[in-house]
Amino acid sequence: MVLDSTDVIYEGIKDAGINFIVSVPCANLKKLLNLIDEDDEIKHVPVTREEEGFGICAGAYMGGMKPAILMQNSGLGNSVNVLASLMKLYKFPIIMIISHRGTFGEGVYGQIPMSKATTKVLDSLDISYYKVENPDESREIVKKAWDLSFISEEPIALLFDIMYWKRGVCCEEI
Amino acid sequence: MKRFDVIKKIVETLDDESFIVSNIGFPSRELFGIKDRKTTFYMSGSMGMATPIGLGLSLALEENDDDRKVVVIDGDGSLLMNFGELVTVYAQNPRNLIIALIDNEAYGSTGSQETYSSKINLSDIANSIGFKEVFFVDARKSVEDIDMSNYVDRNGPIFVHIKVNPGNSDAPIIDLSPSKIKNRFMKQI
Repeated sequence: MVLDSTDVIYEGIKDAGINFIVSVPCANLKKLLNLIDEDDEIKHVPVTREEEGFGICAGAYMGGMKPAILMQNSGLGNSVNVLASLMKLYKFPIIMIISHRGTFGEGVYGQIPMSKATTKVLDSLDISYYKVENPDESREIVKKAWDLSFISEEPIALLFDIMYWKRGVCCEEI
Repeated sequence: MKRFDVIKKIVETLDDESFIVSNIGFPSRELFGIKDRKTTFYMSGSMGMATPIGLGLSLALEENDDDRKVVVIDGDGSLLMNFGELVTVYAQNPRNLIIALIDNEAYGSTGSQETYSSKINLSDIANSIGFKEVFFVDARKSVEDIDMSNYVDRNGPIFVHIKVNPGNSDAPIIDLSPSKIKNRFMKQI
């Protein structure tokens, strides 16, 4: 079976040993959410708001889990204070797998303002991020993002824009 | 009776094994002044995050077959700020989580401005969400009815709604760094 642009993120999550995921859905994350739901090794907690999800991940990390959050970039806007005053203040690692809406290919005008703000918000918070453009590098990047988040004790964001999800994977098969 | 009296009674009647996650501002400071425990996570800076942190910890302990309990000392203003968290707690159904909601109908740490909990009943809301274990304690005149040992042996999630009068004590500033609070807490896991 040839992997697609979602499968390689999932493989990266598995390589990283991520076993606790909170989420607010996005159409682009639909398949990834299904893969996580079907995985008995990952505890999946859907949340009502991303801000709440960061608090849950902080608690889960203290309880011994390796956390990630799946969300749209709009969720970043909902979470500015918790990122600064909880995750950064107390030095909690977490990777944010973000569907970056409002980028090329967007059809919903409401997604545009937060799209433009996304990297600026991350810069303002002094949060490292990486725009993953090529699905061939996703698996490796997700793993490396967790490793860096863990040793630096800081949140790290991975941004997957709209065109990312439509790109193919050239080399990897399982 | 005020928040301070209730927190004191909670700590006196709670076993040392259980974890506490305490709310921003005076609740954490009062708790720290009454009894500092390595198994307490003093949450600062993120209003409305005490219960989510407690939920995440509860779920992690359950995943790792750790039977210890998690007690969140939350406030009415804090709960109102992130009401959705109560729905997530209900849906995730952690057996080991006790939410001790100290309701003084005020934003106590900012000058006791009134919250909307004077207009609504927070235990009715917990009941309507579906919580099976909801307890109401009126502690405005006495804290005699507060005994955490009544709750730690029950299957959660447990919602204990404790009504008090507004007002803060002369609580100290917590002289532990956030990293220290987190790291010593994690060593107890």
